[in-house]
Amino acid sequence: MRKIYSILAVSLLLLLTAACTPSGPVTLTLMTHDSFEISEETIAAFTEETGIIVEILKSGDGGEMVNKAILAKDDPLADVLFGVDNTFLSRALDNDIFVAYDSPALANIDASLQLDSQNRALPVDYGDVCLNYDKAWFADSDLEPPTGLEDLADPAYSGLTVVQNPATSTPGLAFLLATVGHFGEDGYIAYWESLVANDLLVTNGWEDAYWGEFSGASDGTRPIVVSYASSPPAEVLFAAEPIDEAPTAAVVGDGSCFRQIEFVGILQGTEHQEEAQQLVDFMLGATFQEDIPLNMFVYPTNSNATLPDVFAEHSLIPANPATVDPSAITANREAWIDAWTTTVLR
Amino acid sequence: MTPFLRKLYPYRHWAFLLPLLFFGLFYFYPLGAILQLGLAPDGRLQLSHILDFLSDGYFLSILWFTFWQAVVSTLLTVGLALPGAYIFARYQFWGKATMKAIMTLPFVLPTVVVANAFTALLGPRGLLNEAAQTWLGFSSAPITLERTIWMILLAHVFYNYSVALRMISGYWQNLNPDLVEAAQMLGASPWRAFWKVNWPLLRPAIFAATVLVFTFSFTSFGVVLILGGPGFSTLEVEIYRQAVNLFDLPIAAALSLLQILFTFVLMWFYTRSQAGLTRPLRLKSARATVRPIKTLFDRIMVGGNLGLMFILLASPLLALVSRSFLTDNRLTFQFYRQLTVNERGSIFFVPPGWAVFNSVAIALVTMVIAVGLGLISVYLIATDTAARTQHQNHRLWRIRGWLDPLFMLPIATSAVTLGFGYIIALNKPPLNLRQSLILVPIAHALVAIPFVIRAVLPALRRIDPKLREAATLLGADAPQVWRQIDWPLMRRAVLVGAVFAFTISMGEFGATVFIARPNMPTMPVAIFRFLGQPGELNYGQALAMSSLLMLVCAIGFIAIERFRLGDEGEF
Repeated sequence: MRKIYSILAVSLLLLLTAACTPSGPVTLTLMTHDSFEISEETIAAFTEETGIIVEILKSGDGGEMVNKAILAKDDPLADVLFGVDNTFLSRALDNDIFVAYDSPALANIDASLQLDSQNRALPVDYGDVCLNYDKAWFADSDLEPPTGLEDLADPAYSGLTVVQNPATSTPGLAFLLATVGHFGEDGYIAYWESLVANDLLVTNGWEDAYWGEFSGASDGTRPIVVSYASSPPAEVLFAAEPIDEAPTAAVVGDGSCFRQIEFVGILQGTEHQEEAQQLVDFMLGATFQEDIPLNMFVYPTNSNATLPDVFAEHSLIPANPATVDPSAITANREAWIDAWTTTVLR
Repeated sequence: MTPFLRKLYPYRHWAFLLPLLFFGLFYFYPLGAILQLGLAPDGRLQLSHILDFLSDGYFLSILWFTFWQAVVSTLLTVGLALPGAYIFARYQFWGKATMKAIMTLPFVLPTVVVANAFTALLGPRGLLNEAAQTWLGFSSAPITLERTIWMILLAHVFYNYSVALRMISGYWQNLNPDLVEAAQMLGASPWRAFWKVNWPLLRPAIFAATVLVFTFSFTSFGVVLILGGPGFSTLEVEIYRQAVNLFDLPIAAALSLLQILFTFVLMWFYTRSQAGLTRPLRLKSARATVRPIKTLFDRIMVGGNLGLMFILLASPLLALVSRSFLTDNRLTFQFYRQLTVNERGSIFFVPPGWAVFNSVAIALVTMVIAVGLGLISVYLIATDTAARTQHQNHRLWRIRGWLDPLFMLPIATSAVTLGFGYIIALNKPPLNLRQSLILVPIAHALVAIPFVIRAVLPALRRIDPKLREAATLLGADAPQVWRQIDWPLMRRAVLVGAVFAFTISMGEFGATVFIARPNMPTMPVAIFRFLGQPGELNYGQALAMSSLLMLVCAIGFIAIERFRLGDEGEF
């Protein structure tokens, strides 16, 4: 009997010390959006390397996640935030939710992707929002597939295009920005007017456009949709039967896509700043970066990371996407959306 | 009854505090916090920005649209469901339980998936249009409902039909058919007999269903966003846009408050009109009130309603299930097989078995919380005469008139607003529940309790107090009276509430309601994960998981309806 008591006492003591000493494994919470995907192996590699456990907290779509992080600023929900993009970056920076971190990994990242000079938000991946078209539809028709934004306004392309509402959809907003970048602030509204005249269809989200209206992926009737440059390789990878050629293709002509860059940042108020820095370094390092494409269908920012074959084969990176100055996005995002809404929806 | 519970019985009134505490902590406190942050960020009301928005024609047009589409949706839903409720209450026919389960399935399906089922039937290349073009010689698709108000109305009927049908038929079943027969024997036409006898007796259940369906249509989000498209906007959609896309908390808070106040006023009038409407009735066992199908009228009635249900509810579901077994018009099980494969070693992969387990576990916890607190709430709300005279002057009892409308508010509250409220309110011990798993069923129960209350309250009010008095005279103690009188008479209504609590939880994708999704991915979460990426395999798996979700729910419904406390038998 006495033996049991001593065992109990010892284990209780052990438990107490384990609970009180700070040397136990640190758990970091990684706040991210609903589209975040990564392999188990990669996260395990980080834990093995550093002894740090990572818990992932999905918090809605991009905008919702940023809003939640801002609301929770005084009692942060997490230590690190992954996935705020350049269309919402200003909201995050203006509300001061990040701590700056000059990661050594930034040396491997193209300067054009580094939008925050203070390094509060570090570019972790990027993807291009482009028009996609249904190859089979165009093969059956006399029409050539579109090669740039101007084609959609051509009366021959009447009733062929479906886009997303920029007020409710991230790719929709990115595509609006592509038109702003391409036609300029003075010209984009005229372009949208010509699209409306050409029987443009608008949905509120990417899912309803792609799965509901796009002839390349659904019973829908529209052969042109706003999606990503990396959607065609995803069609190959997730084909029901193995296929060699993607059934869809992206339009990557100069100035017809908008580059969406996603950032990672350490949240203000974290108690584990050092560990958070380790996690950020890891996310910008080769292991994590090379795991990004096949999980999230976007490109790594680290130029040393090698791309998987299916990406190299079926995906095109637009050489010259349309660009809009981030500070101009901050200043005009709402005004552009309002003008778009007035032109297209009312 | 165990001695322990017997000892607790004198303190039963304390139980009334439970629902109050629950609503206070998980609804009013976080809601108050977010409204305060939105409306008075520095402690002072800042209204000019809000008033600008509210006086804009844009806002007024949204408000008007939200209102009228909800009225029309409700009239259509209840109008169509009423004859359906009649056949479920009065006829005995083969496959009744299964049909009832199938009808409730739309409730759990994500709108994106439902939208595609509608497209498969009604779209430009859908079944009906193809048939019309091949056989009826139309040169172009004659049905063009996509992104019209008709699609919104149709979808609201699709989603809410079973709410009305279950609530009304459950109540109807125990009404004594002798009354109608007596009226007809005295020369009343069937129509007149319905108006003069059934309608007044059924009104409590019909109005309860109407109020629920109206609130749901009034706060419609996914249907308007996806099936209506960008050309339509309800208050709820506008709140989401303001809160998430524009991050304009003052406007989002003001609109949320308006929506809540509107529902409160409506509910206040409704509960006032209801409190005196329900009379104690002499009820009859459901088994004794059903009859077999015999006459031609019976056949038309049952056949017509089942036909309508098939076209309206079952055919989109069938389209969906069949699509999950097809690739290039060939039969395949690949999408189901693929559900069990973690192709990319993703950390978010969940084997279908676990997704089912997680969903069912959360739904059962939700159901227990919602039915438990809901039952306590109805006893708190129902003002039976004895309690009223006894406590008339007590202040606590006078607030009860306010409780019924207050308890309805969660279903009229924008989920994203409340979710934001949780973030800023539930952040300190002992309430730092922001990332706790228990917040999931709690948030679901908040929406489910109003269902339980609406379903059970009319049933409780029609119990004749004389039955209880008689039982007491015969020597039964209070718990025995409840067990022998209240429970058998309310059982059907409670189960209707339980089914909906289960359903609400099973179908809740929940990204907006609670902020954390700890590692317990449910079936709807898995469906949305598949829908997020291109590729036929992803879409096929989303449909396969949706079909699985329907199957699990149907089994759940049938199992719940068989629940009994003991040997009370069929009533």
